[in-house]
Amino acid sequence: MGQIIADLSAELATLFISILSALPAIVGYVAVILLCMLLVRVIRQRMQPTQDYTSLKTVTFGDESAVVSDKAASIISVVLIFVIWGAFTGTSWLPSLFHAPGPFLGQGTFTYTVEADDGTRDDATVTVVVHEAGAAPEAPEIAPGDGAAKDDVLVIQAYRSKLLTWDKNDEVNRKDNNARIVAVDGRPIDRDTDVDTGFARVALTDKGTLNVEPGKGWQMENIWLPAPDSVWSRLISVSRDGYQNVTLAEHLSYSLFRVIVGFVLGAAVGIPLGYAMGLSNWFRGWFDPIVEFMRPVPPLALIPLVIIWAGIGEQGKIILLFLAALWIMAIAARSGVSGVAISKVHAAYSLGASKAQIMRHVIVPNSLPEIFTGARVAMGVCWGTVVAAELVAAEKGVGKMIVAASKFQDTDIVLMGIILIGIIGFGIDVLMRWGEKWLVPWKGRV
Amino acid sequence: MSGLNIQDISMRFDLPNGGHVQALQNVSLDIKQGELMSVLGPSGCGKTTLLNIVAGFLAPTEGKIMLNEHPVLGPDAERGMVFQQGALFEWMSVRDNVSFGPRMAGKSKSDWAGNVDHLLDVVGLQDFKEKMVYELSGGMQQRVALARCLANEPDVILMDEPLGALDALTREKMQGLVLKLWKETGKTIILITHSVEEALLLGERLLVMAPRPGRIHKEYRLPFADLGVGKDLREVKQHPEFGPRREEILGMIWDMEEEIMGRTEESA
Repeated sequence: MGQIIADLSAELATLFISILSALPAIVGYVAVILLCMLLVRVIRQRMQPTQDYTSLKTVTFGDESAVVSDKAASIISVVLIFVIWGAFTGTSWLPSLFHAPGPFLGQGTFTYTVEADDGTRDDATVTVVVHEAGAAPEAPEIAPGDGAAKDDVLVIQAYRSKLLTWDKNDEVNRKDNNARIVAVDGRPIDRDTDVDTGFARVALTDKGTLNVEPGKGWQMENIWLPAPDSVWSRLISVSRDGYQNVTLAEHLSYSLFRVIVGFVLGAAVGIPLGYAMGLSNWFRGWFDPIVEFMRPVPPLALIPLVIIWAGIGEQGKIILLFLAALWIMAIAARSGVSGVAISKVHAAYSLGASKAQIMRHVIVPNSLPEIFTGARVAMGVCWGTVVAAELVAAEKGVGKMIVAASKFQDTDIVLMGIILIGIIGFGIDVLMRWGEKWLVPWKGRV
Repeated sequence: MSGLNIQDISMRFDLPNGGHVQALQNVSLDIKQGELMSVLGPSGCGKTTLLNIVAGFLAPTEGKIMLNEHPVLGPDAERGMVFQQGALFEWMSVRDNVSFGPRMAGKSKSDWAGNVDHLLDVVGLQDFKEKMVYELSGGMQQRVALARCLANEPDVILMDEPLGALDALTREKMQGLVLKLWKETGKTIILITHSVEEALLLGERLLVMAPRPGRIHKEYRLPFADLGVGKDLREVKQHPEFGPRREEILGMIWDMEEEIMGRTEESA
């Protein structure tokens, strides 16, 4: 137990340190938010001020009804995300003025000084060519120069480093003359002291070679964070040609198919179950322990069991989503039935309605708002669960696509998949809200 | 014997803690066809329980209710109910609410459409037929509730504080409407209220109930309901008998309330 606490404390400390190191970025971001607020406020004051009722309120702090989402803030915040994303990936969508400093590209030189065991010293020049990933330029021809140490050429890909075995062409070397490098660019170098040549860091390795690491700048490498334009072009190419012989439409359709079938089955069983629990003591007593136990079990925890029982095919995933939707819908339907005002039921009875008519004309419509709320939650949970289930095991599906892409470091596909998952999840919620407005217009207005 | 006969009703039920409540004790009452009886009493006097028993929502532990010589055993279309609020069906238009009873009885539209339109005219909602009920004000909603009850043509109308949630002005207008509907339709009405003035204005007969156990304390026969039909109710309040009656009944209810307070203080 003590060991666990010690381990966890160490984890917490590490976490705290990384949060601290992110603090300047967070403070900067908040500063940008406040700055934009001031700017927009100044611009608005210059323009014709609106005089609606809310603008005349003097007490707005704490008045919930006076707080509405500011459209300008939403637009600026989304644009800023893309600007930051673009700036730190050097996208072609942004003028290079906005780009964060990128990695060093092109040609640079430094000199090293060799000292042989007899105490003689000589200098040689190293020409370093740094190129972008994918391009493989020819090493430039250079004259070897005079003296014991001969000049070298090094071709390095951006964001990478390379070892320089400087004595390969020199007249003195580490083995025969016990030669060693004592300075780079005239500055002394040893195993603990690196030299910054302006375009690269040069370090002495244990074996006496030089490790040359050209400057990486502030931008993110493509395999960490691809630029927005490369995600976009990847979206175009994948939706045209597919990824690993499966088209994007196929991936998305499979995921949506699972969600919709699982949700519909869950609702088809859950709603009648909820009604039974809301209308009968016996059914309430029978299913309460089951529902109350299953509700807090996250559907993701069922993935391993479902894979063991039903395999990785469609059936397993649909069972999982069915279970994810079932309890939510049952509870929503139950509370929808329990929420019917007794005076409505009494009124219907004294107007001569039969039990079936009360069910059809009073209880069902009265429970619809609750059922719709439940359906929105269930759809959200199902969408999250299907992606997670596909991450674990699937042939097709958007979750499968991103997990496969991550194994090949196709980060642009991973990012594209995440964005698509977000857009589809949002789209589902918007559709549900439309359906709600259309089917239960009285919701919240009673 | 036609009309509504409440025969020696008692209502006693157990509490989960082992005690019991005597909600009503030996209540007997005969209400003739076409009478309007208002019921007053402090909280806990069992007036809502009595109304629920007449409606058929509760079974009395003793006694029985006879309506037109047959026993009341459960809710039925012959006994309509108007609640304080929230008993309308929000998912239906005004017209669908009002025609609910006839539609549930399986009558064809041609049978009820004329009557429903007429009732909507009477309660002044002819221009709101197609509106949803949540678009209406509280007073309009109660007019829908009245029309819905009348459209079902019950023999008896039971009103449980139907005007209790309305503002004073709307309430006064609605009191006039209740009187008008009563006279026009000749229905038997039992009306529960908390307002002494309302009970005096609307009740041809006025029943004052006393609590613990719920029982009939005193009954009045009043002229004001007949005087008020089609008149300005404020004039009726100027009637020389109105003020003294109001003070008498108010005093009676105050005494009962104080007695309850005293008893709770003792037990506390």
